[in-house]
Amino acid sequence: MKVLTLNFLTCAVKDCKSSNNSFPLHPKDAELVYDDLEINPQLLVNVLPRVDWVALRTTSTELGFPELPEQPPTVEELESDEKMLQDLHKLLMETQIMEGKLVCGNCGHEYAIREGIANFLLPSHLV
Amino acid sequence: MEYLIRFSQSHETFRLPEIQALAIIEGIDLKVISYSLESPFCIVNLPSEDAAKRLIQRSILVQTIHELWGAGLTLDDVHAAVRSKTAHLWPQYASCSFKFSFDSYQSSRSGADKVRIINSFAYLGFAGPIKMSKPDQEFILFEDWILDSTPLGIPDPKAYFFGRYFATGARDLPKKLDLKKRRYISTTSMDAELALITANIALAAPGKLMYDPFVGTGSFPIACAQFGALAFGSDIDGRSIRGEGKKTLKGNFEQYGLVGNLGSVFTADLTNSPIRKMALGEGGEDGARGRVFDGILCDPPYGVREGLRVLGVRDPEKSPWIIPKGIEMYKQSDFVPPKKPYSFLAMLDDILQFSAQTLVDNGRLSFWMPTANDEEQEIPVPTHPYLEIVAVCTQVFSKWSRRLITYRRLPNAQVDPEAMKARDETRELLGKTVDELNPFRRAYFSKFETPMTPAN
Repeated sequence: MKVLTLNFLTCAVKDCKSSNNSFPLHPKDAELVYDDLEINPQLLVNVLPRVDWVALRTTSTELGFPELPEQPPTVEELESDEKMLQDLHKLLMETQIMEGKLVCGNCGHEYAIREGIANFLLPSHLV
Repeated sequence: MEYLIRFSQSHETFRLPEIQALAIIEGIDLKVISYSLESPFCIVNLPSEDAAKRLIQRSILVQTIHELWGAGLTLDDVHAAVRSKTAHLWPQYASCSFKFSFDSYQSSRSGADKVRIINSFAYLGFAGPIKMSKPDQEFILFEDWILDSTPLGIPDPKAYFFGRYFATGARDLPKKLDLKKRRYISTTSMDAELALITANIALAAPGKLMYDPFVGTGSFPIACAQFGALAFGSDIDGRSIRGEGKKTLKGNFEQYGLVGNLGSVFTADLTNSPIRKMALGEGGEDGARGRVFDGILCDPPYGVREGLRVLGVRDPEKSPWIIPKGIEMYKQSDFVPPKKPYSFLAMLDDILQFSAQTLVDNGRLSFWMPTANDEEQEIPVPTHPYLEIVAVCTQVFSKWSRRLITYRRLPNAQVDPEAMKARDETRELLGKTVDELNPFRRAYFSKFETPMTPAN
């Protein structure tokens, strides 16, 4: 599970959708691996407007990365900032959670990640 | 300038939507001058030869593209057009090596005929060496014949086109992704050619985020990744993603050297999706927390080979123990959540609603759906106020067909708010059993025969 993907996911429980606490999900006991991937600036520039920056800052800190700036870079700033591109590439694209859990800050439900694949299926009482 | 596209005469209804999509991806102004489903020859207007090359470089259904020198109903028409329009081009090719060839659709020419016709182009004044293998330039006379012309005694084709070849499409790409050589597939894996065409029509391209909510063994994400997009997928059945041993979805990406284009895959149910959505009417512009995907493409289960299931309990009153048992057991790692049958039509509607909430403006949804060929049993194309139908392509089998339906996410300002109200009021679920919920499955197992009205 890439960190980028984590930024697109909330708790699957319907009652949690309206709560601000259900996003982002919080990694717990996360085992990280780093893929060595070629940087794709075009992808990062396209992704930037879709990323919830506040949530990304939270996730980044929770996973032990250096603190991200308070404001997201603009597309122009990102295109011309080699270091920012590298940092975001490493965080969003190369970092994977292989084992661990994602915890909802609202209901406390824990979604397991095994072999890099998260499971968001809910038991019947939560559907 | 006019160009002649030589299509493959297969998947006919997919051909124009594919090149129109490629024109959008490449930002090329494409005008179709003449096209017919019955013919592999299509005349288009394009700004330049370079644009034409870019247009078809990843097309699965275009074989080749040519600078059109002349077209007509008779060979004399073609000569007249070539003489009047292209005389300024001839000197460029006066001394290079070249060859003339024939592409006779639904017929063929004898050697003597070919020589006679080639010699009628002598006025072009090409004095360079003739090379049958790897010439500098290839000039082709295309002939569009009526089927069975020879037995019918028809001496001439119904139309001719004469052009200079300069580029080839991506007809070899499906071989690279051929299911027969793919490590990990299942009974419902989409064949490589159609998966690639779907990815083209859904506008997969470098830097784009594409998502398949019924990912299975990953046919669509692989096709999207092949075109440089970052591909995401999920499935209610985690086993299909995990596979076994080396046969896994990720293993398929490794086989093709596309791991860098694999976003993430996860286990999830479309009706209880963890993907964050925007309320309809919000987002899509630049700014924080926009909608996520550039394209969504899928081949949802039809409920014939594989059951349609969503999370939940079919009849909680008849099986009251299921929910308490779930509460007791759900934290165990081997817990499998109960599922209930799902309406085929509700599923299609859920796909549309989900796409409206997660696609960026002008992002595309392309999904496959089956229907009976019989008009009375035909399943209508589903609609949504936020989605405009772009193309409906059909692959016909004997009694049923499957359609690839493609929509464009409208920017909020173009949506009719009244249509949205009407939609909310009409959505209803009918029935609980698999057959009640699925008109296609019902028709399939009754062999697509229209029910007879009993005689009095």
